[in-house]
Amino acid sequence: MLSVFAQAEIPDIQWLPLIPHLVMAGAAVVLLTIVSLAGSRLPGWFASVFTMAAGLGVLATAIPVWIRVSQWGPHSAVADSIGVDQFSVFIIVVLACTVILTALVADGFLHRESLDGPAFYVLLMLSAAGGITMASANNLIVLFLGLEILSLAVYVLVAMHLRRAESQEAGIKYFVLGAFASAFLLYGIALVYGATGSLNLIEIEGILQNSDLSDNGLLLAGMGMLLVGFGFKVAAVPFHAWTPDVYQGAPSPVVSYMAAGVKAAGFAAMLRVFFGGFGGLADDWQPVVFGLAIASLAVGSMLAIVQTDVKRILAYSSISHAGFILVGVQAATDDGVASVLFYLAAYAAMAIGSFAVITLVSGPGDEGTGLDSLRGLAARHPLLAAAFTVLLLSQAGIPFTVGFWAKFEVITAAVDARSFWLAVIAMLAAVVAAFLYLRIVVAMFLDAPDPDAPRLRIPRGPALAITIVVLFTLAFGIYPEPILDLADHAQLTLQHFSAR
Amino acid sequence: MVTASWYLILAAGLFTIGAVGLLVRRNPLIMFMCVELMLNAVNLTFITFGRELGDIGGQVSVFFVLVVAAAEVVVGLAIVVAINRRRPQATADDLSALRG
Repeated sequence: MLSVFAQAEIPDIQWLPLIPHLVMAGAAVVLLTIVSLAGSRLPGWFASVFTMAAGLGVLATAIPVWIRVSQWGPHSAVADSIGVDQFSVFIIVVLACTVILTALVADGFLHRESLDGPAFYVLLMLSAAGGITMASANNLIVLFLGLEILSLAVYVLVAMHLRRAESQEAGIKYFVLGAFASAFLLYGIALVYGATGSLNLIEIEGILQNSDLSDNGLLLAGMGMLLVGFGFKVAAVPFHAWTPDVYQGAPSPVVSYMAAGVKAAGFAAMLRVFFGGFGGLADDWQPVVFGLAIASLAVGSMLAIVQTDVKRILAYSSISHAGFILVGVQAATDDGVASVLFYLAAYAAMAIGSFAVITLVSGPGDEGTGLDSLRGLAARHPLLAAAFTVLLLSQAGIPFTVGFWAKFEVITAAVDARSFWLAVIAMLAAVVAAFLYLRIVVAMFLDAPDPDAPRLRIPRGPALAITIVVLFTLAFGIYPEPILDLADHAQLTLQHFSAR
Repeated sequence: MVTASWYLILAAGLFTIGAVGLLVRRNPLIMFMCVELMLNAVNLTFITFGRELGDIGGQVSVFFVLVVAAAEVVVGLAIVVAINRRRPQATADDLSALRG
C-alpha cells in the first residue's frame, strides 16, 4: 500500500493558464467575505458591480492565455488535468460574458422582488467557475467536480425565490433529477476508468488509438452513461423532462444564466469527452447522438406550439436549440466543433436577451409569464417589443441575424460529414420552430394591450444588457466573420503538458 | 474465491436499487437516500477497479465523490426544509403546480 503513495508526486503547477479560473472562483469568495464583514454599510449596487468587474477581469486574463496558446500550441496544466487550449478559452469568454449580462439583468429584478443580497451573485460566479473548470477539464474526475460546482450553485439559484412555491418546486425537481443524472455520469466515469485504466482524457485517447476497444462492453456502457449525464445537463430529449418546469418556476434571470451558461459548459464538456477522449470511437457514439439530435429537434419544436406560458415556450425552444447543437456534435469533425462553439456564443446572447425581456414584462412576483402578459407589448413599450422581436427572429434563424449563421454553420457541418438526413430534419425543425416565435411576435404586435396593465419600468441594467445582445445579434448577423474566425481557431486538441 | 466481478455486480445492484428507488418513492428524504446509494455504488466500483488496476486514481476519486455527496445533501436538505416550512409533509406528488 505504501508503495502506491510513494508513486504520488506533487505536480508542477503552471499558474498563468489557471488565472481565469482563479479570478472567477476567487471573486465569489472575496465578495462573500467583503459583504459579511461590511454588511449593510455597502451601497445596494455593490454586489452587482463587483460581479461585472470580476467578469471583465476574467475576460482580461483570458487574453494572455489565448496568446500563450497561439504561440505554444495547446497544452495541459496541473498534471495534465486542465486543458489549456483555445477551445477552453472560447468557453471561458462565453461564460464570463454570460455572468456580466446576467448580473446586469438581475440587479433590477432582485430589488423588485426584495431578494437583495450578495447570495445571487456569489452563487452565479461560483457556478460559472465550475462551468469553466468543466469546459477545460482533461481529467474525468476534475470534469465531474466542475459539473457539481456548476450544478449545486444552480440548484440553489433556482429555489432562491422563497415566497414563490413554484420556485421551490422547480428547485427540488431540478435537484432530484440533476443528482440522478450526476450519479449516472459518475458511474459512466467509473466504467470508463475500469475499461481503459485511466481517468485522463489524453491517456484515454492514446489507449483507444493503440488498442481496439470498440466492442468492450464496459467502455460502451460507460460512454452511454456519460451521454445520459450530459444529455440531462444540456436538456436533450429524452432527458429533457425537467426543462419546462424548471424554466417556468425558476426566477427569470436565473433561467437566462441556465439557458446560456449551463448549456455552454455542458456542451463544451460533452465535446471534450466525446470528440476529444473518445474521438477514435466516433462510429460508436455518433448514431446515439444522431438519435438524441432528431428527438430534441422534433420534441422541442412540436411541443412548444401547444404551450401558453412564454417561459415554457422558450424552454421547449431551448430543447430544440440543443438539438441543433447536437447536429454539430454529431458531425464529429473540426468544423463541427467550430459550429458548436459559434452556436453556443450566439444562443447565449439570444437566450439572455429573451429572458431579460421576460424578467421585465413578468412584473412583481415574476407572475406574468403567460402569453397574455405579452399581448400588445408593442403599444405599451415599442422599443422593448422591437428588441424582443429581433431576438426571437434570431432564434428562428432569419437571415441578417446571428441565429441564421449559427444554424447555417451546424447544418453545413452535418452535410460535410455526410449526415444528410439530419441536415434535412434540422431544416424542417427550423421551419416548425419559426412558427412558435412568430406566435409570440404576433401577440406583441397585433393584439390590443390590457388597458389595466401597469406602466412598464425598465431599470438601466436590463436595458443595457438587452441593448448589448440586440447589437451583438444584428452586428454579427450582418458580419459574422470575427466570431467564425475565433471559433475556427478554437480547435479542440488534447495535448500532454510539454515543458518549454 | 471472491473475485473483482462480485464487487462490480454488487455495485451494479446497489446502483440499480438506488435508481429504481429514486423513481418510485415519493418522500423527498428517501429520494435523497437513493441518490446516496447510487453514489456509494459508484464508489465501490471505483475502489474495485483501482485495486484491480493497481492504480491510486480509483481511491482518490472516492474522496472527491464523498465530498460532492456531502455537499449535495446539504443543498438538497436546505431545499426540502424550505418547502416543508411552507407545506409540512409534502411529497413529490404534492408538488405539481408546474405542468403543461
